[in-house]
Amino acid sequence: MSARLDVVGVTVTFGERIVLDRVHLTVDSSEVVALLGPSGSGKSTLLRVVAGLVSVDHGSVAIDGDDVTSLPTYRRGVGMVFQDDQLFGHLDVAANVAFGLRMRGDGASNRAERVGELLDLVGLAGFESRRVDNLSGGEAKRVALARSLAPSPRVLLLDEPLTGLDRELHDRLLDDLGDIMRAARTTSLLVTHDVDEASAIADRVVSLSELMS
Amino acid sequence: MNRLPRWFAPVAAAAPVVVLLGFYGWPFATLLGRGLSPSSIGDSLGDAVTWRILWFTFWQAVASTALTVAAGLAPAYVMARYEFRGRRLLDGLLASVFVLPTVVMGAAVRALLPDSIDHGVMAILAAHVIFNLAVVVRTVGAVLTTLPRDTEAAAATLGASPRRVFREITLPAIAPALGAAASIVFVFTFTSFGVIRLLGGVSRSTVEVEIWRQATQFGNIGAAATLTVLQLAVVTVVVATSSTLQRRQSRSLSLRLRSIRCPPVHDGQRRFVRAVAGLAALVVMAPLAALVERSLRIRNGYSLHAWRTLGHVDARPGMSIGIDPLESLVESLKAMAVATVIAVGIGTLAAIAIAAARRGGQLLDTAMMLPIATSAITVGFGILITFDRSPVDWRSSRWIVPIGHALVAVPFVVRTVLPVLRGVEPRRLEAAATLGATPLRAWREVVLPHLRRPMTVAAGLAAAISLGEFGATSFLSRSGRETMPIAIERLLGRTGAILQAQGYALAVVLAVATIAVVMALDATRRGEPGPGDVVNVRMTGR
Repeated sequence: MSARLDVVGVTVTFGERIVLDRVHLTVDSSEVVALLGPSGSGKSTLLRVVAGLVSVDHGSVAIDGDDVTSLPTYRRGVGMVFQDDQLFGHLDVAANVAFGLRMRGDGASNRAERVGELLDLVGLAGFESRRVDNLSGGEAKRVALARSLAPSPRVLLLDEPLTGLDRELHDRLLDDLGDIMRAARTTSLLVTHDVDEASAIADRVVSLSELMS
Repeated sequence: MNRLPRWFAPVAAAAPVVVLLGFYGWPFATLLGRGLSPSSIGDSLGDAVTWRILWFTFWQAVASTALTVAAGLAPAYVMARYEFRGRRLLDGLLASVFVLPTVVMGAAVRALLPDSIDHGVMAILAAHVIFNLAVVVRTVGAVLTTLPRDTEAAAATLGASPRRVFREITLPAIAPALGAAASIVFVFTFTSFGVIRLLGGVSRSTVEVEIWRQATQFGNIGAAATLTVLQLAVVTVVVATSSTLQRRQSRSLSLRLRSIRCPPVHDGQRRFVRAVAGLAALVVMAPLAALVERSLRIRNGYSLHAWRTLGHVDARPGMSIGIDPLESLVESLKAMAVATVIAVGIGTLAAIAIAAARRGGQLLDTAMMLPIATSAITVGFGILITFDRSPVDWRSSRWIVPIGHALVAVPFVVRTVLPVLRGVEPRRLEAAATLGATPLRAWREVVLPHLRRPMTVAAGLAAAISLGEFGATSFLSRSGRETMPIAIERLLGRTGAILQAQGYALAVVLAVATIAVVMALDATRRGEPGPGDVVNVRMTGR
């Protein structure tokens, strides 16, 4: 399922400001790459370019060798864990995790099985019918992760997945996240400003500045 | 210990209570007392006409509501999500149309149509939709701006197409707001009066219009009272149901998270934004443009004749409805000034009493809302039949129209002032007390200064409501002292190209006056815009 990701010469400008300047990055199949950089440096923008949420001025994005630069987000097969989770408040935990499965047309029994699998993986077995607005910060993050992984995305994008959690929770989730990512074996691009976090989770750590040619 | 003196709340409540009991409670009781009897109820309920009117009122309201929601959804989305040139202008335009007096709106839609006595039900629906678009755009838009774009982006990364994102994520989020908007529009259109009077012709009548017709044309108080109760029942059921549903659906919306408007990115988005915004602008501008055009058109030519003769009783020698249109402007402004002073005074005192009361605050609050719960028609009719014999034969008093307007406006004054009073930090009063202020002194020094702004806003609301008030005025205005809405309806009710053109010209004047008042009102509350204030203006004077 996992696929190689190629970002080739991507340039993004917001008005006059050049946010990304000819960025090159390759993530191998099943590799976990952490992208480091200070806040406001354009890391999140690069994730959004890969997800198709921001359009590029120049350059291209390819997944598995297919050029997806002009493909809309919903057809790219990327999963994304947003910085503030973005769980769907009107759905319970199971329906959140099953959302992507439902979009691709999975039947109810398949969905239930896969949801159970994923909740196990992130350590939230039995949470199916919980409301998402009653979850703690760490639980919400785990649900968001399970939701992104459920449809087996070709590439997983994580935007500051551990920012905003308190210290203890951060450390516990950091260990778990590393395990989960290795277990999922999904090509992943992780954005963070924390060097320790990056090296704990990722196979390879790069900084945004060294990607701009 | 640190409480205001015992006499404080009762003293503040005295004037509002007297006015409310005297000019609303007593007249309403008189109306029901004189009108409701087993035989009058039996007659009305046994009459097929009653049921036909009730059915028409109901289905046109349902149709108007459904169409308004359907038509408002796209502009609400576009204006909440995209930044584009002219967005503010369009927003202002929608809001302006919304606050136009019902008579002006009726006239504007009529100006678009060819001359005929029966304009058909489509004209009524069109007027209701154009009129109420802003309710949907503002209420739904307000919620849309709190729904983070990333929530929708998250659904997209999970494989949801834009259509599915809308259906599965956006729609559930805005459903409560849609419900709220729909119930507001339903109540507006169910109790529609001015629009129907201008566009309904002889065969189409809402309950509200029928109450007026029974009362003024047949002198049938029994039928009018029965219909009043019927209408009150329907409106109460709808409002109660919708607020229960909303309470059940309400989730904690994180109101701080605002999604920022972005310019449209793809060509597809650009086309969508342009089409929706353009169509919305066209829909709201066309009737206004037609209004101006018709004021200049006399038969097949254009002339300023209607405008030039606005200051004369005779539009042309021997051609007259006995009203000097310009004089009606003066009457309207006079009524507006008096009504505003009364409404702001009474409403502010009531709010002060409600906020300070130890007991009975809730009761007074509810009582002050009653004039909107019933309708402007009821207010006017009640006053008319109550103050018609000595020692209270005030039918020809100059005060009666402004008092009617003030009653209709008072609930909105209370709703504007009360939240500000309740929002005053109690710690401030405690701080003042530790500095040696008596409770009364602390109130004067700490609370009173907060009242100026809401009172200004309330004055603007009351002025706009008074300018456009048509329902109560239909009963209360005396010949020779007609207000603008009455004069417009009279002029447009006549055949004769010049009179018609004069009616349209006067409608333009009233539109401009109302929009000017509302814009001044908007300017005083920059920085805290809410859909509330505009909605408020229109809750009344239908």
